[in-house]
Amino acid sequence: MEKQEIDVVTGTATTGHQWDGIKELNTPLPRWWVWVFYATVVWSVLYWLVYPAWPLVSGYTRGLFGYSSRANVAAEITALHTLRGEKAVALASASLEEIEKNPALLAFARAQGKAAFGDNCAPCHGVGATGAKGYPNLNDDDWLWGGTLPAIYQTIQYGIRSGNPEARENQMPAFGKDGVLTRDQVLQVASFVRSLSGQAARPGADLGAGKKIFADNCAVCHGEDGKGNQELGAPNLTDRIYLRGSDEAAIIDIINNGGGGVMPAWTGRLDPATLKSLAVYVHTLGGGK
Amino acid sequence: MNKPVDPTTLEIPDAPLYASAKKVYPKSVHGTFRNIKWGLMAFCLGVYYLLPFVRWDRGPGSPSQAVLVDFPNRRFYFFFIELWPQEVYYFTGLLVIAAMMLFLTNAIGGRIWCGYWCPQTVWTDLYLAVERLIEGDRRERMRKAKSKLTPRRIGEITAKHAIWLFIAWWTGGAWVLYFADAPTLVKELATFEAPTAAYIAIAILTFTTYTLAGHMREQVCIYMCPWPRIQAALTDEWALNVTYRYDRGEPRMPVPQAKELRAKGLPSGDCINCRQCVAACPTGVDIREGAQLGCIQCGLCIDACDAMMTKVGRAPRLIAYDTEVNIKRRLEGLPPIYRFIRGRTLIYVGIIAITGLIMLYSLASRSLLGINVLHDRNPLFVALSDGSVRNAYTVRFLNKRPELRSIALTVAGVPHPTVHVIGEEQADRTIVAVGPDQTREVRVLVTVPPGAKLDKSTPVTFTARDVGSGETVTESEHFIAQ
Repeated sequence: MEKQEIDVVTGTATTGHQWDGIKELNTPLPRWWVWVFYATVVWSVLYWLVYPAWPLVSGYTRGLFGYSSRANVAAEITALHTLRGEKAVALASASLEEIEKNPALLAFARAQGKAAFGDNCAPCHGVGATGAKGYPNLNDDDWLWGGTLPAIYQTIQYGIRSGNPEARENQMPAFGKDGVLTRDQVLQVASFVRSLSGQAARPGADLGAGKKIFADNCAVCHGEDGKGNQELGAPNLTDRIYLRGSDEAAIIDIINNGGGGVMPAWTGRLDPATLKSLAVYVHTLGGGK
Repeated sequence: MNKPVDPTTLEIPDAPLYASAKKVYPKSVHGTFRNIKWGLMAFCLGVYYLLPFVRWDRGPGSPSQAVLVDFPNRRFYFFFIELWPQEVYYFTGLLVIAAMMLFLTNAIGGRIWCGYWCPQTVWTDLYLAVERLIEGDRRERMRKAKSKLTPRRIGEITAKHAIWLFIAWWTGGAWVLYFADAPTLVKELATFEAPTAAYIAIAILTFTTYTLAGHMREQVCIYMCPWPRIQAALTDEWALNVTYRYDRGEPRMPVPQAKELRAKGLPSGDCINCRQCVAACPTGVDIREGAQLGCIQCGLCIDACDAMMTKVGRAPRLIAYDTEVNIKRRLEGLPPIYRFIRGRTLIYVGIIAITGLIMLYSLASRSLLGINVLHDRNPLFVALSDGSVRNAYTVRFLNKRPELRSIALTVAGVPHPTVHVIGEEQADRTIVAVGPDQTREVRVLVTVPPGAKLDKSTPVTFTARDVGSGETVTESEHFIAQ
């Protein structure tokens, strides 16, 4: 073996390579590091053999252990169903009223309902079920289609204007757009409607005329007294809760353009136990009748 | 700021800092302290192994084990005391008292804990007794350690480790009995039906016991345990410690030489340098070098020395429990004095007494009824159609009694509140049933009628009252409006 040249300044051996008179010091990687590196190479080869690793034209190498993250998920879902076990069975067979009377079932249903609400309902109704303009607040006691347990269950199952044959259906006509009422009449009835819930009328508004227009056009659904009709999903106009706002512009807008939102039907998307849990959860938020 | 040190002034030792452990072969001794240690060993091991089997009747539905850590149900039972997880702070008090007891005994009688009570000492003593029974005393063991393996020797080694492992396994076995009904668990363990965690815990405890008491022994005290370091800072010249009375022992010399010198009226020490104290020491230290980290003050050297002194016809207790002060006084020809009531002992006793009283008081006066209230975060409040305002709360009742209780819930602080517990009939006074030794969580709606003047946030008080006993607990929350 050739004798190594030692660099005077650093005391380190050189590799013997020279460029323009500059010599390269020989400072190899630490031996332990090199061995760890080799070990990782060996490890990766074993890993390829044991676990799914290489993509093939159609599919991939499956490995000797038969590991599959999809199978793991399936196993976890099965485990979850086993874990829910008895209570889930009890929930599926109990009536809605029985669930609310049984503290253990109620707690279980509320927990499951809360999770399902967060996943499915929160995008429109909000995480706390407080709703938004056009999306009802489910915490209060003002219900368009009824706030009893069966009514809520019905709404969750089949939705509103959802296209489901069992869905709740109604339509607020576009009185202004379709030319049923003139511009002045719309203003008059809007003032009258606001006065139903004790709000100030537009100065100089003829409430008497408004009342007559209301009786002729609106009372069919909203009732003579404006208290609405949950059978038809007609809102109560005398309380302080307005789905799309109670200011004059909002009321004029809905008289002019009509319309109504859509709530999807959840039957078929969620299993019956989850639907029941959701009904119980919404009912026990506070507004349930 | 760090002061830079000139590299040339640093001393670098030539020898490596690592010293391999010297194996200790403690000699068997007989005497007062050996007997005390046998007695305490029997007591400690007896309590440890048998306590899980002690029964304590708590009525139906509650476990009947006197001492039980019930993890699945999150309860701790100690005879008449039952603690819930939120009361674990009592253990803080116990730890304070334990630490102060350690300091107090140390200030009075040295390392009494190390020498007599510490599990490491007790189990090591037991393992040494087994070793001695099978392999013989110090000399024989040292000889056998060097001799070649014979079938008989292999038999001895096998027997020793088998018994050690058996004791270790039993130690682990007793440990898990504190965490489940002992008789049931014993049956399950025997039929291999016990939870996996039990077997794992037994395996771990078997391993640690076998390793610490069989193989590491004094190494634990010298290298692993923090107490010798702390103890050295806490002892003082008034504390009784196992002490070599150098005032009497020095200069050391053989008996004939001492006889000669004494005949001439010259000074001679009582220590005959027989090294029996070193041979008897379970940590292999020489007590004549004074108090030291390795000395656990078990008193076995006192017994060894006393036996020797009696043999040569001299007074016993050349090594004895003594104080630094008294040795100095004897050297000056003064009578010994003892002072156990000192500043530090008074402080320790004071802390023990205060902590103990606080714990007793809080234990005796603690409520066996509890209420926790959590305001809904979203929405903070709900405006109803008639203009009334409602807040929702999650309320948890805690019933720490072993019977079903009816709890009346009332809310005060806002005008005319109506309280509705979801799942219960609405009434003026809402009654909630809470099962024995259980908690119950309910959703509570509090509504204030329209027209009431409400601030943005009003403090309200939730009161839970046991209808039967009248026991009452309250919790503060807020009612949010606007």
